[in-house]
This record gives sequence, C-alpha cells and structure tokens, in this order.
Amino acid sequence: MAVTARPALDAQKLRADFPIFEQKIHGKPLAYLDSAASSQKPRQVLDALRDFYETSYANVHRGVYLLSERATEAYEGARETAREFVNAPAAREVIFTRSATESINLVAYAWGLDNLGPGDVVLVTELEHHSNFVPWQYIAKRTGAAFRLLPIDDNGELQLDALGEIDGQVKVVATNLVSNSLGTVNPVTKLAAWAHERGAIMVVDAAQGAPHHRVDVQELDCDFLAFSSHKLCGPSGVGALWGRAELLEKMAPFNLGGHMIRSVKAEETTWGELPYKFEAGTMPIAEAVGFGAAMDYVSAVGVEAIADYESELASYALEKLAEVGGVLTYGPPPERRAGIVSFNVEGIHPHDVAQVLDSEGVAIRAGHHCCQPLMKRLGVAATNRASFYLYTVPEEIDRLVEGLHKVKKILG
Amino acid sequence: MEDLYREVILDHYKNPRGHGVIEGADAQAEGLNPLCGDEVSIYVQFADDGETIDEVKFSGRGCAISQASTSMLMEMVQGRTATEIAELPKEDLLEEVGIPLTPVRLKCALLGLGVLKVALHRAKGTPLPEEWAGLDELDLK
Repeated sequence: MAVTARPALDAQKLRADFPIFEQKIHGKPLAYLDSAASSQKPRQVLDALRDFYETSYANVHRGVYLLSERATEAYEGARETAREFVNAPAAREVIFTRSATESINLVAYAWGLDNLGPGDVVLVTELEHHSNFVPWQYIAKRTGAAFRLLPIDDNGELQLDALGEIDGQVKVVATNLVSNSLGTVNPVTKLAAWAHERGAIMVVDAAQGAPHHRVDVQELDCDFLAFSSHKLCGPSGVGALWGRAELLEKMAPFNLGGHMIRSVKAEETTWGELPYKFEAGTMPIAEAVGFGAAMDYVSAVGVEAIADYESELASYALEKLAEVGGVLTYGPPPERRAGIVSFNVEGIHPHDVAQVLDSEGVAIRAGHHCCQPLMKRLGVAATNRASFYLYTVPEEIDRLVEGLHKVKKILG
Repeated sequence: MEDLYREVILDHYKNPRGHGVIEGADAQAEGLNPLCGDEVSIYVQFADDGETIDEVKFSGRGCAISQASTSMLMEMVQGRTATEIAELPKEDLLEEVGIPLTPVRLKCALLGLGVLKVALHRAKGTPLPEEWAGLDELDLK
C-alpha cells in the first residue's frame, strides 16, 4: 500500500502498544477488523488504570483525606481532558455517563420529556445506530411528538434536499457524526444550521466519530454531543455527554440519588450544580481516569492523522475487495468515509463469512450493526463489516481478502 | 472450520430439503433471530388423523447453519406426530447437525426447531418447553 499523505502515523509502531496482538487466534496472528464495535486498549491506558487503583483510588468528591483528594483530582482531570478533546467552552458542560447510549438517553429523557409534545417533530437520520434512534422514537411516542426520518441516497449519504419536505415544528435533529455501519461522515454543521433556523436542538452521536475524527463542538455548532470511551482506546463502562450549559441548567435531572443534590429534605430536594446534577451515585471513577488516558493517547497520535490514515485504509480495502469478485460494498466514496467498509459476498450469509474468517484469525463483524432501519433501506438482513483504527495495518486487509477467497471456496 | 462446514451441512445448505411454502397450511409460524435478522417460516400439513405430520416445508433466509439445520429438521419430523415433535429434545437435532457450535451459532441452529414448536403449539395446543416459553412474544412476529 502506498502511504502518501502525512506520514505522521506509524501503525506498525503503535501496534506494539497493544498487548492483545501478542497472542495467536486459532494458531494465527490476530487481524482485528472490528474496531467500530470496540477498540483495543494500549498499554498506556491499562497502566493508567492500574496505577490509579494502586496509588490513588477512593471515592471522589467526598472524603477530606488525601486519597480522596487524589482520586477527585484524577477524575476531574479526565473531565478537563474530555473538554479539551471536543473543544467545549467549559468543563462543567461535560458530564460523565455510562456510555454514549446513556448520554443520548439523558438528553432524550431530561430534555425531551419537558420540551416535546403534540405537533412537534423529532427528526433522526436513516443512518442512525439504534442508540440514537430508539430513545427518540420512544420519547416522541410518549410525548405525542412526530418521529421522522431523514433519508439517505444509494451511497449511504444523507439527502439534505429532503429537509424541504419536513414540515411541522421541528424540535430535535439527531444524527451521528460518522455512521457505524457505512462509515459515512455526516455534514453536521449544515444540519445544525438548519435545526437552529427552526429553533430545534442539534444532538450529535459522536461515538463513532470522536475516536477517528477531530471533534469541535463549537465548530459543529451542535447543542449536545455524546461519545464513549471504549471505542476510543479506553475502558468500557464510561462515556461522556457535552451539552450547552444554558440547556443543561434548565433541564431536570436524569438519574436521581447521591451526589446530584444540593439539599435533601422530606418535603423537597434541590439539585446540585453542573455537571454533578447529572452524575448520581458513584460514577465509573477509574474508568473515567482511563478514558482520560485514552484521549491523551489518541491526541498524541493525532486525530487528523488517524482520519487520514483510515481513509487510506478504506480506499485500499475497497480496491482490494473489488478485485475479489462477487463482493458488494456499501457506503460513500473513501474521501467522505471513515475507516469502515460494509460488504456482502454474493449468495453467502455474513455469519458464514465471519465464521470462516475467524478460523483464519480475522475478526470482523457480521449482522445488522444495531441499524435495522438502515439494513432495510439497503435491502439486506445483514452485512459484513471491516473497521479500522490507528493500529490497523494493510496486511490485515490482505488477510481479510485471502480469507474471502477461502469463504468462496467453501460456501460458494 | 472443516468440522463446522462439513460435507453434510454444505449439502443441506446448498440443496435444502423441504424448502418452499404450503398455501393454507394447517400449522404455520414465522421466527426471527434478532442477532442477525434471519427469518424462517415453517408450514405443516397434517394427515387425516390430524396428528401426523404429512408434509412440512420451510422458507426464509439465513446462514448455512440455520438453513442446513432446518433442512435436516424437515427430514427428521416427516411422518411423526405433533406430540412427539413437541417433546423432541433439541439435543436430537443438534446430534444430527453434529458440529461444535458456539452460543451465537446455537441460536442459528435451533431457530427452525423453535419455530416448528410454536407452529404446533398454535395449531394443536402442544406445550412449549420452558426454554421456548416467551419466544412466542419475544422473538416471533
């Protein structure tokens, strides 16, 4: 593979940071092509977790003792890292959650229940992961608001022209930054401008975007942005929500319990300040610290370099898959695509494709990718998906291609 | 791998037995594997005694494992009674399939059997084993 643009990213070198690649799978080296589902973890993140547990662990914001102060400092440090990572104006606008899914549920419930009603429209895209689809569909139904879909074209790109057909009082526009199924990079800034002209809020699911593309909430001009740690080289069990302070301040809390309060009396409870109003109970403390270390790791590699590199990998994969014969790929051209390639092998079910590939040590995803409405639009039950990250090397794509020849030999 | 896609599986996959639709079948059900979106429909025609399976067919789409195991199931149940099939342990089918299956693939292999049991349950009131309870509401359309 010809590496042309910015030689800033050396995947082979970075790969050495990831202990998972030291093992054999079915006697073969691991070709991990499922980073869109979850990424692998570098030693730097694992060390940060271990170091935190071994030297600084205690509950946060409570104790007056030294360990609790250290833990609080590390936890709040991770919040500042997250703020910087998405260029948010203030750290108090960054809320830690359990996942990007929980971040979106927080907005759907805490903002949606009080601000949506009959006559209002919630608009999401046909490309959405169920995480940014089901909560909105549910809250729309509960509040009597209409739930509408912005369609995609045959390339898997949003049909912005169709916005003209959306009538009614649009109150929410929700989209992902990068489609987890097709890798489409969506024009969030344009959608946000359209949403704001109508007084709607713009909600962005950046679970797939943030690990691979530069995210700047001020440039995107969105109102809420959800992302997670586990797709970004960090531990599972923690995610983040950024929201505009003026919206977050007016919102009712989502989870209720300890730490999110100002005062609790039998007759009434008042809520704490941002961001604590939305962080009830003991949070995933060490995971948040690990998340911070992961953002530091990814930033040190450089998100722009990652985006460029993955685009090259996607380009290479599309070219190689086209040579296999009988392989149908989905999604936009490489220049508007992140490192995700969804495909089908003619006449062979994705489960069978993935199973044969597994025997070759090649891990890909087969299924509906939590995007059943999108699969329906593509007219398929499921697809195969190969997805890349900063540690993916072209040789893994070569092994995918070799594996597909074997798939065709066995099942074709 | 060679174990998983052994010759008999590939044969049933490529030449499924009892593939098709019975219009106006005595018993019928459709099932969905929510993990992969695979669908299978099963149609049963009873003999004059109203109990013996005279003809059975399946349609739908799915992976080699689900298609082959459902095809094998069609051969297994032909000529047997609804009550016998309602009591048929899943192990009997798995033995016939005869390959090691991970939990995910087990769901593929057993989709057809579950749908058949639901079809018989609906038409004849035969009991659904505990492991299939709730399948009627959860996984089946």
